[in-house]
Amino acid sequence: MGILRTVLVSKPVRALTSPHHPDHYLERLHPLATAEAVRARVVDVRRETGAASTVELQANGAWRGFEPGQHVEFGVEVDGTRKVRVFSVSSSAHLHDRRFTVSVKAHPDGYVSQFLHRDLERGTIVYLSQAQGEFVLPDPVPDDLLLISGGSGITPVMSMVRTLKDRGHAGHVTFLHYARSRTDEMFTADLDALSSLNIDVVRIYTREPAPGAQLRGRFHIDHLKHLGIDPTETLTYVCGPAGLIASVRDTYTDLGAADRLRLEYFKVPSVDLEAADATGTLSFDTSGSEAANTGATILEQAEAAGLSPEYGCRMGVCNTCAVKKLSGAVRHVVSGEVCANTDETIKICVNVPVGDVAVAL
Amino acid sequence: MSKGHPRQLTHYDASNHNQAPAPLVGLDTDKRATVGLSYMTYEQLDEFGAELDAVRQRVLDDLGQKDADYIRRVIRVQQTAEVLGRIAVLAGVFNFWVLAAGAVLLGFSKILENMEIGHNVMHGQYDWMNDPMIDGRRYEWDNVAPAQDWKHGHNFIHHTYTNIHGKDRDIGYGLLRIDDDQPWYPNHRFNLPLAFLLMLFFEWGVMYHGLELDEYLSRKMTKAEFGHRKSRAARKARRQVLKDYVAYPAIAALAIPFVGWWAPLAVIGATFVANVIRNIWAFLIIFCGHFPADVETFHEEDAENETRGQWYLRQLLGSANISGSAPFHVLSGNLSHQIEHHLFPDIPARRYPEVAKDVKLLVEKYGLKYNTGRLSKQLFSVAHQLATYGKKPSDPYKQGRSPESRALRRAKREARERELAQA
Repeated sequence: MGILRTVLVSKPVRALTSPHHPDHYLERLHPLATAEAVRARVVDVRRETGAASTVELQANGAWRGFEPGQHVEFGVEVDGTRKVRVFSVSSSAHLHDRRFTVSVKAHPDGYVSQFLHRDLERGTIVYLSQAQGEFVLPDPVPDDLLLISGGSGITPVMSMVRTLKDRGHAGHVTFLHYARSRTDEMFTADLDALSSLNIDVVRIYTREPAPGAQLRGRFHIDHLKHLGIDPTETLTYVCGPAGLIASVRDTYTDLGAADRLRLEYFKVPSVDLEAADATGTLSFDTSGSEAANTGATILEQAEAAGLSPEYGCRMGVCNTCAVKKLSGAVRHVVSGEVCANTDETIKICVNVPVGDVAVAL
Repeated sequence: MSKGHPRQLTHYDASNHNQAPAPLVGLDTDKRATVGLSYMTYEQLDEFGAELDAVRQRVLDDLGQKDADYIRRVIRVQQTAEVLGRIAVLAGVFNFWVLAAGAVLLGFSKILENMEIGHNVMHGQYDWMNDPMIDGRRYEWDNVAPAQDWKHGHNFIHHTYTNIHGKDRDIGYGLLRIDDDQPWYPNHRFNLPLAFLLMLFFEWGVMYHGLELDEYLSRKMTKAEFGHRKSRAARKARRQVLKDYVAYPAIAALAIPFVGWWAPLAVIGATFVANVIRNIWAFLIIFCGHFPADVETFHEEDAENETRGQWYLRQLLGSANISGSAPFHVLSGNLSHQIEHHLFPDIPARRYPEVAKDVKLLVEKYGLKYNTGRLSKQLFSVAHQLATYGKKPSDPYKQGRSPESRALRRAKREARERELAQA
């Protein structure tokens, strides 16, 4: 953040703009002129292999940068509504100033990922958060590293590998990636070109193995043995679907190497509208508790779980009960409308969870 | 949720949109509310409710870019007026007419910010946009009343229990006697001068009203909650006063060597005028929304176990519109469409004129009253009400301190306690 932005959010300036944030005025001058709200202009949209898109962004001065492996909240405005999803940064940390990319696989039910894939244009302003996440490389980076990813869990790992390559990392890096098939794989061309003297890229296609491939099937300890990797000695990062993470974690725990493992779940939010109402888990993020979805309104379920959220009319009129829904889909009991946006405000008295939902209660 | 609790909600099912809103569920759940029975049957009330639900849904389905563009345009106009107003007030230390223009511009900006932006945003009218700057939960307005307590008293208490005696704290604001069914106390002799003072300092009245001192004194509110309300109000008032009467005047202090010691005082004066302009306007619009003659009020017993249709009808009968031009509607925050606002408090206010057409069709269909009139007509009616109900009524049951009223209140309280004990 530059000096000008620091001044603009300083106490004396805030006293003059109170009760509004200075950004409330600055965004009226230009959407990118905000001092604290991170925003970016879309510089390029590239279609990747495997129905994925990479969006190159030029962030405004509020952006504090990222560490490889982190993710960012990414909001686009569609017909007046800001739709927010969380995407991993996929670029090297050594692009020029405030320039980075996020990559996302277009999910058949994913409104935003489909929108990015089909409609996002250069020049569009997107609404971001600062980079978040603990799934990052240590400082200093140890010589030998094992990076494992599965499916679209490749994106944060891609950022790590690209950064290590740009940095001229001296140690040996093994990058073990699992995809269903070569056509389903993201970043195929980059991966083909990525292998170098000390970066070993190994790809395993679980459904359509490459002809003559030495490693086949899902993750197994034999894969590591074949690559000559000793899990107890190698700092390992794994990102992917729950199944992959569970099997890597079990393997490392059995070997007594659990402390060598860093993991990140990569779950594509999915909404099963056909499913019976009362499925999934309702998580209360602030209080750290959760309960099996009973199909009642979120307000009633929160009260049943011993919480006392604020409420008023309990009929969707007064807005007293509005809280942030962090993830998942909810259905409005009056209109039947389903909302699946990340980080949107909902009235909990008239919304029921559809599947897994997390709210800031 | 414990059984027998007066706010028990088990039979309330919002997906079945025709049942009573939870807060109005009485102890005797078999009893049906009587609201609106002089106009239509229960079946017609259900139909009426469904028709209004359909109107609401039609608007919700149509929300989009044009509504987002509209509110942002209003914010742009408001901020432009605010910035120009502040600059003019500061530059006004060199020229009185610039100072006066600045005060008017700033007053105009505060009116827009409080009414068409703040009030409506805090109703959650733009929550569907998911824009944190105009999110109903986070928005704080340019007014000494803290948003949180205002939202409780307004969005919940006033909009749910609209015009129910003993429930809606906005009937006369605990200060004025505006309705025949309010008990008369000697201070109501000063109805008109008190209303005039409230008009000048309206934002402070709103802040004081949000403390709900009466709730605390009658032990319905805990000491801790009252303490929170006091500190929120103090914090908000401090920030507003710091901005309007310390920070900007401090900038004007730079002009002291050129014009004299009074430069900061000129800024303080002009800003005070701007605040008073906003206070007067907000007071006039709000008083014309519920207090003209022929606006109906209700009793708790009538409204217990209301259906959705009855709830709608109570909102319709308990509100009054003000006719006028398009700019007038915007300046009133579209509260000139008070009826439509009370039927659908959470749809963007710019939609009220289009919704009014549907509402009027229903009013005709069911032979209902639709209270509307020019600002002058409604204002005169309000003033007349204040003057009329300020006089001591001859009926001892309407005098708050008469032995008859006391006995009646005691009997009611005891009946309620018996009912509670039985449940």
